[in-house]
Amino acid sequence: MSIANATLDTFPKRVRANAERWPRRVAIREKDLGIWQSYTWRDYLDRSRRIALGLASLGFARGDKTAIVGDNRPELYWAMLATQSLGGVPVPLYQDSIEKELAYIVDHAEARFAIAEDQEQVDKLLHVRAQVPRLEYIVYKDPRGLRAYSEPGLLSLAELEERGEKFALGHPTYVEDEVARGQGEDTAVICYTSGTTGTPKGAMLSYRNLIAMAGIATEREGLRPDDEALAYLPMAWVGDHMLSYAQAIVAGFAINCPESAATVLHDLKEIGPTYFFAPPRIWENLLTNVMIRVEDAAWPKRKLTHAFLTLAQDLERRRLNGQPLPLLPRLLAPLGALLVYGPLRDNLGLRRIRIAYTAGEALGPEIFVFFRALGINVKQLYGMTEASVFVAVQKDGDVRLDTVGTPMPDVEITISEAGEVLFRSPGVFQGYFKNPEATRQTVEGGWIHSGDAGFLDGAGHLKIIDRAKDLGRLADGTMFAPKYLENKLKFSPYVKEAVTLGPGRPYVTALVNIDLSAVGNWAERRGIAYTSYTDLSQKPEVYELIQQEVVRVNRSLLEDEVLRGAQIRKFLILHKELDPDDEEITRTRKVRRGYVAQKYAALIDALYGDRDRVAVEAQVTYEDGRTGTIRADVAIRDVASR
Amino acid sequence: MTIGTDPLLEVEGVSVRFGALLALNGVSLTIPRGEIAAIIGPNGAGKTTLLNCISGFYHPHEGHIRFAGQDRTHLRPPQVAALGIARTFQNVALFRGMSVLDNIMTGRVLKMRGSFLLDAAWWGPARRQELEHRAAVERIIDFLEIQAVRKTSAGRLPYGLQKRVELARALAAEPQLLLLDEPMAGMNVEEKEDMCRFILDVNGEFGTTIALIEHDMGVVMDISDHVVVLDYGRKIADGTPEHVRKDQAVLDAYLGVAHD
Repeated sequence: MSIANATLDTFPKRVRANAERWPRRVAIREKDLGIWQSYTWRDYLDRSRRIALGLASLGFARGDKTAIVGDNRPELYWAMLATQSLGGVPVPLYQDSIEKELAYIVDHAEARFAIAEDQEQVDKLLHVRAQVPRLEYIVYKDPRGLRAYSEPGLLSLAELEERGEKFALGHPTYVEDEVARGQGEDTAVICYTSGTTGTPKGAMLSYRNLIAMAGIATEREGLRPDDEALAYLPMAWVGDHMLSYAQAIVAGFAINCPESAATVLHDLKEIGPTYFFAPPRIWENLLTNVMIRVEDAAWPKRKLTHAFLTLAQDLERRRLNGQPLPLLPRLLAPLGALLVYGPLRDNLGLRRIRIAYTAGEALGPEIFVFFRALGINVKQLYGMTEASVFVAVQKDGDVRLDTVGTPMPDVEITISEAGEVLFRSPGVFQGYFKNPEATRQTVEGGWIHSGDAGFLDGAGHLKIIDRAKDLGRLADGTMFAPKYLENKLKFSPYVKEAVTLGPGRPYVTALVNIDLSAVGNWAERRGIAYTSYTDLSQKPEVYELIQQEVVRVNRSLLEDEVLRGAQIRKFLILHKELDPDDEEITRTRKVRRGYVAQKYAALIDALYGDRDRVAVEAQVTYEDGRTGTIRADVAIRDVASR
Repeated sequence: MTIGTDPLLEVEGVSVRFGALLALNGVSLTIPRGEIAAIIGPNGAGKTTLLNCISGFYHPHEGHIRFAGQDRTHLRPPQVAALGIARTFQNVALFRGMSVLDNIMTGRVLKMRGSFLLDAAWWGPARRQELEHRAAVERIIDFLEIQAVRKTSAGRLPYGLQKRVELARALAAEPQLLLLDEPMAGMNVEEKEDMCRFILDVNGEFGTTIALIEHDMGVVMDISDHVVVLDYGRKIADGTPEHVRKDQAVLDAYLGVAHD
């Protein structure tokens, strides 16, 4: 089957074709009860058909929406296909959403059906249904804790499939007939973007959008049916939808669902994927884990590892900059591969990687070089939900440190007069669901306004500087790129999150979130006692530690001609972690700058005053919606005066 | 599940003496099948002594203990365990150097049969048996959500998780009666909430009857069907949480009254 095939214009048709072509080839694995269970393409088709019959028995009509909530589970991917088989539209939701967010989307998307993983999600959905009566049926996969529930319209997946079996007796070809009615231009999915500002918007992607971009990316990147991927990112994120669903179906490779969110890094090691997609957050976590363990090792090992890592990073940096490689390090590299890089790669579960992407936010260059130096083919991907993910990707063998690569085939990129990146492609979405106003603001004459400031360099590589609206200048006109600085700070294993401030101000300042596991480990090794996150964050020793990191960033900034003036003058360590439940960062962990600036206005004022300490209170929201207050006395550190 | 009709455990006039100290003084109580019963009382009231009598560590000097209708006042701990009573301890008692998986596997020991030679050869019925036990253990690991620490040695886990592993090991024996000695001692609020949920789930999913000692009154009032209050070795109250909460003798014992 060729990747571009005009008759296979929907996912249900493609899965049927896959099942005929590869009935025994594994499509999905899931670690359940400690064992990797395999499901073939034949199972994929059969199970989704059973679910579709069950939904049909409940009166599912073409155009109905199904909310899908839970961790990555085969059943939930099948539920997505089942919905599409009946001409409906799946709406995957973030599983850690609080009730309010869930209610907004379920209501806005007009979902009549919801398929959830377990009791946690069912409880939330039942509350949502009390406010959003359009939601009629809630189906759950895991019956644990739900046996005593007797709400109407609440049923288990097993009960749903049983109903489907009875329905099939009277309508033996119902699903097949509905699948045949589907067309490429139909909406395949609505992905709600978490939105760094305002309420979520539902991007409608058609089958044509997704299949075209999945096919283009598969061909350019050389994905194969024998590839293995880990399905661990939220199903609501378009990146997972593209990789674990669209590309897996189009290219025919297998996806692997981890046992639980807590076991991802372990399961990664067991699977050893060949194709891996991770936002910067995960790469940062992996790096932090490695560095903690290196620091804990006996000193000969530690010294050896550091020496070889430095050597490899130096080589890789030269390679990425197109500089000649010195002889001695090149000769030492194979030894490093044997002693350090190979074992580390194996330990991380990244030994078999052929293609890995980082996307979402920009990944700090140091982190990027670190993984590439280990021999892992990490590449920058530049994409958007509204583009069916792919806009630009670094080509194998043409990876550079400071660009996001060249445009994908069939994608056109141009830069507006204001310096904003615009593009058009077969992946350009159908618009935001029930929001023509927002659609008009985003798409103009077929061109999508990315909201990013950037330019195309001489070799056709796209370079993104920052969000168009975040790029700013200090009071004296010095250019200031907040994200660039923040990524440099976040390279430190001790820094989990950072927010820098500067536009219109006399100098640059930073709010820093420490990484509890790394700093906690560091403190334990030094015998520093602490009682809580807040307590640890305000230890003078921890301030000293973070100050070293700030000084390091300032020093490296001197190398950049445009940005060298924007040194960090003062910083403080926040007394609580930025948390999506408090709306300080999005579920995909992008900092909501405006909100943070408003919430911590008192702290920010102090950074630009001459006090060295400030008392704060912060509201925190728990997952069940209750709120509480954290009080603390936050210290302010002036880097310049020391 | 019907509660209150079928007594699983009956304690009748049990007294225990340590030298001159009367640790339990004629205590009687009944725990019906399928119930969550809490045993509370100030320090030194005899709660743990009572649990130790039920699980066969101590033998009462007077009185009787009946389990599932049969008198078993004088059984030893292994015999009690074989009957279907499992327990956790006030201080965590795991094999610290062993993995979580192996620790839970030890809870299956009473269910294992077969010959040493077959086991050593890992052949035939021995192999099948081990796989069955492993599957049972994996269901418990899944149930208590400790997949991420399956291969970690128990001693390296934080305290709250060790408590959960201990519960897992007790569950591995598929008990009819589960005795929990202060399952939430030393836990933070979130860990306590998790533990409460697990205890309720164990009771709801497996129908296991549970007797627990606990100091956190909020927890006790929330999850138990029935509360027994001990003070100085005597039972001073016995009833529903609402009933016990209002009982004057209980208030006195907890808030303190002048003893003449």
